[in-house]
This record gives sequence, C-alpha cells and structure tokens, in this order.
Amino acid sequence: MTKINIDGKELDVPAEYTLLQACEEAGAEVPRFCYHERLSIAGNCRMCLVEVKGGPPKPTASCAMAVRDLRPGPNGEAPVVLTNSPMARKARAGVMEFLLINHPLDCPICDQGGECDLQDQAMAYGVDSSRYHENKRAVEDKYLGPLVKTSMNRCIHCTRCVRFTAEVAGTGDMGAIGRGEDMEITTYLETAMGSELQGNVADLCPVGALLPKPQSFRARPWELAKTQSIDVMDALGSNIRVDSRGREVIRILPRVNDAVNEEWISDKTRQIVDGLKTQRLDRPYLRKNGRLTPVSWNEAFAAIAAKVKAASPGKIGAIAGDLASVEDMFALQSLMQALGSPNLDCRQDGSRLDPKYGRASYLFNATVAGIDEADSLLIVGSNPRKEAPVLNARIRKRWLRGDFAVGLIGQQADLTYSYKYMGAGPDSLDPQTCKPPEGSKKPMLILGAGALARPDGAAVLARALEVAKAAGAITPEWNGFCVLHTAASRVGGLDLGFVPGEGGLDATAMAKGGVDVLFNLGADEIDIAPGAFVIYQGTHGDRGAHRADVILPGAAYVEKSGTYVNTEGRVQMADRASFPPGDAREDWAVLRALSDVLGKRLPFDTLNALRAALYKAHPHFAALDLIQKGSLGDIPAGSPDKTAFVNAIDDFYLTNPIARASAVMAECSALAKGRVAQAAE
Amino acid sequence: MTVRRLAEKQPASFEFTAENKAWAEKEIAKYPQGRQASAVIPLLWRAQAQNDYWVTKPAIEKIAEMLGMPYIRVLEIATFYSMFNLEPVGRHFIQLCGTTPCELRGANAIKDVCRSRIGDQRHVTPDGNFSWLEVECLGACCNAPMVQINDDYYEDLTPENFNKLLDDLAAGRPVQKGSQVGRISSEPEPAKGDTLLDPALYDGSVVGAWRKRFDESMAAAAAAEKK
Repeated sequence: MTKINIDGKELDVPAEYTLLQACEEAGAEVPRFCYHERLSIAGNCRMCLVEVKGGPPKPTASCAMAVRDLRPGPNGEAPVVLTNSPMARKARAGVMEFLLINHPLDCPICDQGGECDLQDQAMAYGVDSSRYHENKRAVEDKYLGPLVKTSMNRCIHCTRCVRFTAEVAGTGDMGAIGRGEDMEITTYLETAMGSELQGNVADLCPVGALLPKPQSFRARPWELAKTQSIDVMDALGSNIRVDSRGREVIRILPRVNDAVNEEWISDKTRQIVDGLKTQRLDRPYLRKNGRLTPVSWNEAFAAIAAKVKAASPGKIGAIAGDLASVEDMFALQSLMQALGSPNLDCRQDGSRLDPKYGRASYLFNATVAGIDEADSLLIVGSNPRKEAPVLNARIRKRWLRGDFAVGLIGQQADLTYSYKYMGAGPDSLDPQTCKPPEGSKKPMLILGAGALARPDGAAVLARALEVAKAAGAITPEWNGFCVLHTAASRVGGLDLGFVPGEGGLDATAMAKGGVDVLFNLGADEIDIAPGAFVIYQGTHGDRGAHRADVILPGAAYVEKSGTYVNTEGRVQMADRASFPPGDAREDWAVLRALSDVLGKRLPFDTLNALRAALYKAHPHFAALDLIQKGSLGDIPAGSPDKTAFVNAIDDFYLTNPIARASAVMAECSALAKGRVAQAAE
Repeated sequence: MTVRRLAEKQPASFEFTAENKAWAEKEIAKYPQGRQASAVIPLLWRAQAQNDYWVTKPAIEKIAEMLGMPYIRVLEIATFYSMFNLEPVGRHFIQLCGTTPCELRGANAIKDVCRSRIGDQRHVTPDGNFSWLEVECLGACCNAPMVQINDDYYEDLTPENFNKLLDDLAAGRPVQKGSQVGRISSEPEPAKGDTLLDPALYDGSVVGAWRKRFDESMAAAAAAEKK
C-alpha cells in the first residue's frame, strides 16, 4: 500500500493502482472516454488529465500513470494529485475543445442523446462557442453487421470497440485503419462482425458512433421504464435491465454483476427484443376438426377437463420447457401431484442428469467467478462460445492471463482461445490420459449439456466425475466439476424434482406416445408423436404450438416476475417489465385457474402465496443471489458407448421460440451460416 | 495524406516466391513463440517489392495467415504507413518531398514538372513508366529539393535536370543517383567554394557579430543614463 494525497485527502492505495483508480477510491470524479476498467489501457483520449506533484510537471493522463510512478515530496510527503485544480480543468477543457472540433452537432437526432458521455462531459468542460473555422472532417459510415449501426462522423477514436473485440470477444473484428486525421474505425473491408458479444460495442461506445441497429430512432433513454431482470436465453442467468415504454419492451441492456456476467451480455440476450412481439400467442386455441380455432378460456379449460377426467393418472404427463420459471414449474408440479401422475420431466433434450445423484452432480460447482481461480480446464462435449458466450469470454479472460492449459473432448470449434484436442467421444474421457498438467491445484472440468443428453448420459456423467476426481478437481476446498447447462429452467427444475417419480415416464417416453394427455409448458425442442392430447402453454407459435390440441397463452420472461436458477445454482429473481399480450396470462395463474376446473384447486391464490409454499418445500429458493453448495450422491458407473459427443447447440441464434420469432436473430443466423460455408471452402 | 483504401481491382491470389518464402520464414523465426506478428512489416515490405511495389488484398490476407493475425490487424499496418502503396504505381515511382525546406528551395517547380509530364498524383502514365506522390520530409533537406524514385534519392533538382532525369529513366539510359549538380553527399556546392575556409567566418564580422552589437547597445544605454 502506498500513501497518496488526492485533493487534500490522504489515503492508502495499492501501488499498482492507476491514478484514476486511486481518484475513484478517494471519491473524486475523473472524466474519461477511452479508459474502461475491463479493457486494456489506451491512454489516447486525454480526458482524464489531472495535475500531479511528484510526477511530470504537466497535466498527466491519470488512466495511464500508476501510483508507484509518483515520487514522494522532499520531506517524504505523499505525492499530490489534484483533480479539480485550475490547471486540470483548463487542460480538460482544451481536450474537450479538440474532441468537439470534428464532432458533429447532431445531438438532437442522435440516439445516444441523453446517455452520451461526450454530451455529459461537454456540459462540464465544453466551451459555449467554437474557435474552429475550417471544415469538419467527414467519415463514411461503415457496415459492421445487423446489430451495430454506425455514424462514424461522431467517432472520437477512443478504440474501446477495437480493444473489446480483440481482448474480451477474442475475434479481432474491428480495427483502426489509416492514421492521424484519416484514422477510421472499421472491420476488415466492412464485413459483419463475427462475435456473439458484438452488441456490447454499442454499450461501450462513449458517443453515438456505434449504436444498436435494431433500436435506431425508437426511443429516448429518459422515456424508458427500467426493470431489473434475468436473462433466460442461456443457463448463465445474465443480469439484465429491460427498458420498456408503456407495454412495449424497447431494449435489453446488461447489469453489472461480477459474479455472473461482469457487464457483458450476448447478442441473443440483447437483441431478442423483436421476437417478443411477433408470433405471440395472445388467446386460447382449441383444435376443432383438425384446425386450431380461437376459443374462450372457459371453453379451452372445459376441453382439457374432459380429456383429463377420461384419462387415468398414469396416462397424464407434463414436460417443462427451457424458459419456464421456477414458480411455473412448481405450479405444474403441484397440479400433477394433485392429479396423481408420476410422469414429469423438465429435461426435454433427454438429459440423464437427475436430482437423485445429488445437487453437485448438475451444478457448475466451481462458479463462474471460480474460472478466474482455476489453473487448468478440460471441456467435454461442449462449445461454451455458443452455449454461454459470456462465460466463454470469462474463460478467455483467464486464458489470456497465461498458465492455463485447456483441453477439449468433443466437436472441434473456434473457441477464441487455443486448446489441446484430446478426442471426439467418451473413450477419450479417461482418468489416465486426461490428467491436468503437473502442479495444477485447481483443475476444472466443464461437462456440456450435449454430452449428457444421450442414452448413455448417466455413464458419461459417472466417467466425467471419475476423471475430475482423479485430476484432483474435487477436494473439500475446491470443486472444479462443472456442468454447463443450456436451458435457463434446467437447474430450477432439477432442484424442484421436476423429474419422473416412482414408475414415471421421462420426456422422451412421454413424447413417443407414453401418455394420453400431455401438459407441455413451453417445450418446443421436442417432437411429440401423434396420438396424445397435447396442452401447450407457452408464448410463441412455434413447434410446440403447432402440435398442440389446446393452446393456453402464457407470459414471456419479461412479462412476469419469476425465479430462475442459473447453471451455478445461483437463485435469481426477475421483475416484470411489461404485460403479456391480449388474453395471455402469467403461467402460474393459468395453471391455478385450470386446477379449479379440474377439481384439484391449487392451494395458492397469489404469487406470494405460491412463493410461500415454494419456500416451505424448498427453502433454498428464498436465498436470492446466493448459491447453496450441493453434495454428490452415488452414480452407478457404466460404460459409455463410443459415439462421438455432439454439442447441444448448433445454431446459436435460434435456440428457443422467442429467438426463432426474431427477424434480427434470423439475419444473424443466416450471416453466421454464410461465414461457416465460406470458411469451409 | 488522404484516406487510404485498398485498390478496387485486385489480383485473385498472392504467393511469395520460393526465395522470398525462405527469407520470410527466417524473418519470422527471429521472434519468440507467440510474437510472430512482429514480422508483419518486413513481410509486407517484401510482398510489396515482389508485386511491382504495391500491396494487394490477397497479400494482406496471406501474410495475416502466415503470422496468425486477424486480417484487420495487417490492414491497419498497411494503411498506416505511407511506404506501403495500396494501388499500382509506375515502373519509376516518384515520391516528391513537399515539406518546408524543399518547398523553399523550389519543390513547387518540380511538382509542376510532375503534373505536366505525368498528370495528377497517384495516376500512372499510359506507358506504365511513371506515377508520383507528394510525401512528407524524406530527410535530405541539405540537398533540397529532392525526390525518391523507387529505392534511390535524386537531389538538388531543378526543372531542367529533373526533366532530363525523367527522359533518361524513360529511355532506360543510366542515370546519376544522389545529387544532380555533381556534389558528393551534402558537401558545400562547388560554385560556393570551400565555405569553411571563408576568411569572413573568422574576422568576427559574421560569427560572434552579435557580441559587438550587444556591447554597442549597452554602451549607448549607459551613455543615455548618464545624461
């Protein structure tokens, strides 16, 4: 720790801190454009100039000067930093004047207006008139893909976007060509960016040069109601903020949570917005003479009641989809229990994970933040870049720090970091050959959902645990055995025990015709054979709705308050940002109303009552934002067959019904497919 | 400087010759593992020399692949340095210095010669012999005005000797590199004789003349104060 005096306040800070970090510690605000705490230091905007005594006798860029670089005074006084002295203020005003020389005065038509760093700081440091009488610089706008719109006249060359794509995203899409006044930010010959995290560059841009394309000219930031929510596009449970105007969701932005998503979100999380408005189920439907016909809630319920009463409890089943909240699944589980059916499953992909193997057998035990501590990694049957791009960025961050051996068993892919390829199938998963490097204290093993969703999934799980144990990944202090789920609802469902009871059928058996009446709670990734009477409760007219005999319209994840448990086992609650369209209702309420008609009234009338019952049955759901560590049960050892692992996700952009309804995601998917075809040539 | 972009017409492919490839591999091996990108400027330079003094898109991509860099990183470098030509140039590519010392010594007249004989900048004559570009200081200010043609400097130019130089180059006749007025490197011009032996340098009338002026003005001031 080193002493430093900031604006007359003396404090102790670590010597490796930059002056800017020290100033923040002291509570002094320093303006900045190019500096970003999660990116490397560029030091090129010069906005963070401060006056120092004990350093160079000129204004100093505080982001690029370390505390240890300053000398103490003649009598050992701490070095002095002045953030608000006349010299610092004048220097910043000068920098601002230079920045504004070429910046257009188009704030009234700029989407960044109202949340623009340059606008805000010009209020503090700008002069009221210009001394510049030459022509302003004009720059051609660039095409960067379907997600980011450019207005390059506004660019101030902070290079945050270039550093983000090079460092965090790892694709190196963007760069600065030319030099001096002719410097331009672009991609290689204006090709679309290839990262799944590219939307973040629009957040990083401190001015209005890079903007989210789908949201252009849609809303002003001050018109939007901001709701804290949780993302369900993957199992990471990224913390998001949903901005809505009236009933319409305008955009989705990340929230900072260092334990989960830092401050990034994937493009699917961000640009799913238009999918929330198209293909929506907004009223109940009933299949009459082979055609789905709009009906009233009562008629739909009556049709269900007739079928349910005619079926024996063993012939009724329920499958929960990937986007269901814990509350919805709890309501459906309670209903199935009341009906006396053991046929329940939340694993529509056929995953062999089971709560009876212990909670630690299906969690990302090391936690996302634990990736930073790990010192070697084996990925089995997974492509984290597609299954959880933000988590993949975290792995890359760890890899960039060095001394991090990554091995991969499964399908080869560009993960944005280098790895040793160790085989394609379970036969490569051998405790002898999969040893981490000598001296690895915290090895980690990521087991993908694809490796478990196969008939020998339980044997793969047992083998992977064996490998992890042999590698020393499971000790009392460190558990490096990590299951990477792809479905947001999965851990919540397994925690609830939403799996077949004694003698019950699993999702695959139910879909193949094992039941006469099937409740389908938003499971769209499973083919249901003809025959059964299917009640589809969901949000979008997707595969599940096409197969349905009754459709009960539900609420999408931004339209209800719900609990989600992410792949680490972290319980997080999302608030409601908007309302379901038309007659659609929150799913637990639909199930509650239906239970009344079926004569099995569920014992809760409000969401709070439901939660009280839920917390009574499963107390850990009440511990929001926390992870309850799990234990490991007995897993029968088997021998997995030799079939190669197939990743759970093939097309990152089209993994769920909301994404498939989104035109933006369809465009991204087509572009990504084109890139793959081009690379194969 | 203007905005520099890749030429519109690009060849289909680029491949180093066997000799250059061996040279490039030696160059890359100079850098430690993981730092191969350091070889990007030498490789671009050699690619340009091999390809009639301009860098093509396939060459940029080839070099990026050789060094394991994203394409944009190599493009950044190729567009940053004006020594990389991004479009075809003449057989004799004239880089004309237009910075202050050359301009004071008559670079504008040389520029006029270029304009009348060749045409606008970055334009190749129909016979493919010449193209020209105004560049910043090339560091031969003592012999201003000067141009660089391909790899060589031609100095002490006048419109007459520059015209003759271009005639000779076009006809393929041998030409004098360096100064066109016969001096060696930047020695004093022959007409002026041995400058350093000029007696005026040593009698106090040129060097140190300020001291005499200073003494005189001090004396005048002292006299004025006495009165």
